[in-house]
Amino acid sequence: MELKMFILVLGLLVGSLMPLGGASGSPGSGTGQDECKKNNGDEKNGNKTTKKSFPVLSLNYENVRLPFEISLWVLLASLMKLGFHLMPRLSSIVPESCLLIVVGLLVGGLIKLVGKAPPVLESNIFFFYLLPPIILDAGYFLPIRQFTENLGTILMFAVVGTLWNAFFVGGLLYGVCQLEGTNLAGVNLLSCLLFGSVISAVDPVAVLAVFEEIHINELLHILVFGESLLNDAVTVVLYHLFEEFTNAGTITVTDGFLGIVCFLVVSLGGIVVGAIYGILAAFTSRFTSHTRVIEPLFIFVYSYMAYLSAEVFHLSGIMALIACGAVMRPYVEANISHKSHTTIKYFLKMWSSVSDTLIFIFLGVSTVAGPHEWNWIFVVATLVFCLVARVLGVIGLTFVINKFRIVKLTSKDQFIIAYGGLRGAIAFSLVYLLNPKHFPMRNMFLTAIITVIFFTVFVQGMTIRPLVDLLAVKKKQETKRSINEEIHTQFLDHLLTGIEDICGHYGHHHWKDKLNRFNKKYVKKCLIAGERSKEPQLIAFYHKMEMKQAIELVESGGGSKLPSAMPSTVSMQNIQPKKPPQDRALPQLSKAREEEIRKILRTNLQRTRQRLRSYNRHTLIADPFEDGLDEILIKRKKMKELEKKISQMNNYLTVPAPPADSPSVARARLASDPQAWGLKSVTEIPTIKVELVSPQNPESVKVVDEFSKKGSQPKGSEEEGGLTMRVPSSEKQRKDKTPDEEPQPRFMRCLSDPGPAAEDEDEDEPFLP
Amino acid sequence: MGSTNSTLLKIPNVEVLMQETGLKLVAEENCLNVSPAHIIRLHDRFKALDKEGRGHLCPHDFGAIKELAMNPIGDRIIGAFFSPGKETVDFHTFVKILAHFRPVDKDRPKEPNSPEPINSRSNKLKFAFQLYDQDKDGKISRDELLQVLRAMLGMQVTDEQLESIADRTIQEADLDRDDTISFEEFRKSLEKINIDHKMSIRFLR
Repeated sequence: MELKMFILVLGLLVGSLMPLGGASGSPGSGTGQDECKKNNGDEKNGNKTTKKSFPVLSLNYENVRLPFEISLWVLLASLMKLGFHLMPRLSSIVPESCLLIVVGLLVGGLIKLVGKAPPVLESNIFFFYLLPPIILDAGYFLPIRQFTENLGTILMFAVVGTLWNAFFVGGLLYGVCQLEGTNLAGVNLLSCLLFGSVISAVDPVAVLAVFEEIHINELLHILVFGESLLNDAVTVVLYHLFEEFTNAGTITVTDGFLGIVCFLVVSLGGIVVGAIYGILAAFTSRFTSHTRVIEPLFIFVYSYMAYLSAEVFHLSGIMALIACGAVMRPYVEANISHKSHTTIKYFLKMWSSVSDTLIFIFLGVSTVAGPHEWNWIFVVATLVFCLVARVLGVIGLTFVINKFRIVKLTSKDQFIIAYGGLRGAIAFSLVYLLNPKHFPMRNMFLTAIITVIFFTVFVQGMTIRPLVDLLAVKKKQETKRSINEEIHTQFLDHLLTGIEDICGHYGHHHWKDKLNRFNKKYVKKCLIAGERSKEPQLIAFYHKMEMKQAIELVESGGGSKLPSAMPSTVSMQNIQPKKPPQDRALPQLSKAREEEIRKILRTNLQRTRQRLRSYNRHTLIADPFEDGLDEILIKRKKMKELEKKISQMNNYLTVPAPPADSPSVARARLASDPQAWGLKSVTEIPTIKVELVSPQNPESVKVVDEFSKKGSQPKGSEEEGGLTMRVPSSEKQRKDKTPDEEPQPRFMRCLSDPGPAAEDEDEDEPFLP
Repeated sequence: MGSTNSTLLKIPNVEVLMQETGLKLVAEENCLNVSPAHIIRLHDRFKALDKEGRGHLCPHDFGAIKELAMNPIGDRIIGAFFSPGKETVDFHTFVKILAHFRPVDKDRPKEPNSPEPINSRSNKLKFAFQLYDQDKDGKISRDELLQVLRAMLGMQVTDEQLESIADRTIQEADLDRDDTISFEEFRKSLEKINIDHKMSIRFLR
């Protein structure tokens, strides 16, 4: 049903795209011209005061054309993404990228049918607007530890592997072009090499899109992904190198040497630029404690500036972006608020997701649009050579690399690495940028590249998932890191550093330790605000863990779940006080019971003046499910405490370590310690108490005693139970309360309530929000 | 080749040493190029540390290593070299302890009768465990854990925080609820970490 509606909406959307495309094509929209003419006519007939009527409704599409079309495309992309997830069966077989390309093909085909020229993926749009969000998302959330551990391997694959691929493919293609029978003699060596260098680069967008869905183990993921990021430098250098040489005509040894120097400049320069911007961003975030709202903006703008600055000098923008994200992350996260962190995370994910979708759709559209020159031999040769080069390259490099690795790469790993070398839109855009004057065979290149991209994305993308299952490749472990692991890992780090010192060997650990020391001594002081700079990593980790658990606690025990979490009478007896909070395997309460409970609680909250009578009617004293309710009430008390803590924590991502602050540590201890969940000693009468939290409603509860008590102990309410209802010992209805009588039922607000106001008490507020 | 052989001869019991620690097993291959290089390197290091030329090391020789002094668990590491009661470390023991950190030989044929190699995962973990367990009762008590935490975290943290962290740690790892961490529990809590990688120094292959 939803699917049908969705397809209908989609059809309407696409339908609207075409006439608009048509309208934009025709020179000067009709209505615009008419308006113009009318005005001119009016001015000419200046004296003729034929007042034209005021246009109540007019159409002016030209003004909004560009933003309108952009928004329409983005909307289309997002709806597509939505649609695929409505069809789970399809999305489990075919990776999203394939489906998106198919959609792009369809849309392009439709546009062509109408007779208009479909938009092509312009290189500027791609490189300046579509690519950066994806790369920033990848760079900001890069797992640094694994990346640095495998850096040698990744660099080998990225640099040497790409070079090998480029020359192998380029050289062999040139050989093929020289063969008799093909009419490809016009393709010279440099063009072939350029083509080879462009097509040999593994594409991060495609890799991300496919690997994200198959959840392989982190080692393989970081190897392939890291390679796709770092080979950008190689690609940029080779591309510019061969482009320049094609103009120049001859190559000399000096040029080759300069090429190597250029490579170093491009990659290291990109990293330096990125690191500078990263440090600037970290430094800025130190002062944002009063303007929390624009914190995410700084992150995004600084990163984008890093990318653009690198592009100005023809340095590797991708590496700049990665360096910026990776450098600023630890410091920024210590400085910004939890909400900003969430904002950054979700904005990055959102943008990268939309970009990625748009890229694939446009690839499809460009395929339909672009001028094609199909040459069987060239295309097939390209495809074959690419695959062969990749396999040979991986095998050869692994052989060399395994001599230096402690954890060797098995042949299964090698297969996945080779198979995961997907090509994507970057290659397409680079070829699109070529000047047709210097490269007359540009169209043929485009066709070949599109074919290779289609092949890798469709065939390899679709089959990699069953292959991963077939080969039983280790998958990603989803479990969280425990504090044990954290402590022991740090301990082992220190141990290994010590052993290395004893051996006199300046190895991996030695330098890492030195870097950490430098970081702690100088850098953190500059870039992190206030006392957070001295917080050791272990403490930060511990607090993060506590916070996570606190939030889970609040979420799992949340008010609306209260009735369904209430166990039936029979199993009540079996519930242990030490049950961990996430355990929700409590049987459901029957609906009638649930309703009854709800009614009870609601009436007691709302009708404060008549509360006693309701208590009389529902004598809850002997009710067997009270034990459970008390349980849950204690939970709520805990949540209340934690809520206080969380509101304190809202200023920081992790809780700062207050030097001598017992209550918060005590709460932390309580939160972590299931022992504290033991049943509080409830009063003798198994009763249900409802307590009032605020002393500000004198008219609703006429109990003076409570208020004086409340006034003297402002924190008293926290200490009491969460939601408790008490049956007064006397069962008579009372109208006048005196301080000396039994303690009156007080009302405590639900966890998520902002706080009582005088009028709220009498509203028909449901108890459970 | 000649010089290496003669250097080797100076080291007492060198064959027994190589056998025990596995530092370059002398096999049928052409080992002369590679084999005792590591032992020679370690021997040179040993001699460099042993400034007074006595042939064995004592604690303050280790203390002279600057970086080790800055290491939070430096004194524990030094203590691990000295078996209880002994005040000196000879070359044999020195190499044996360091052999724990050799990368694991995955291709080793598993002979059922030979003892487990000194650099197996289990032995590596035992070594680390001993560093925690100073009183050698086979369990890491809460106090011992607190000491380690205090050493690693310095003075920046209050006692209460340390205690809550220690409590949490024991709670997570302690399966038989005796409030201490035994070796098995220690091993289990680290099963996800790649100890072979983490506790290996390439230098000692």
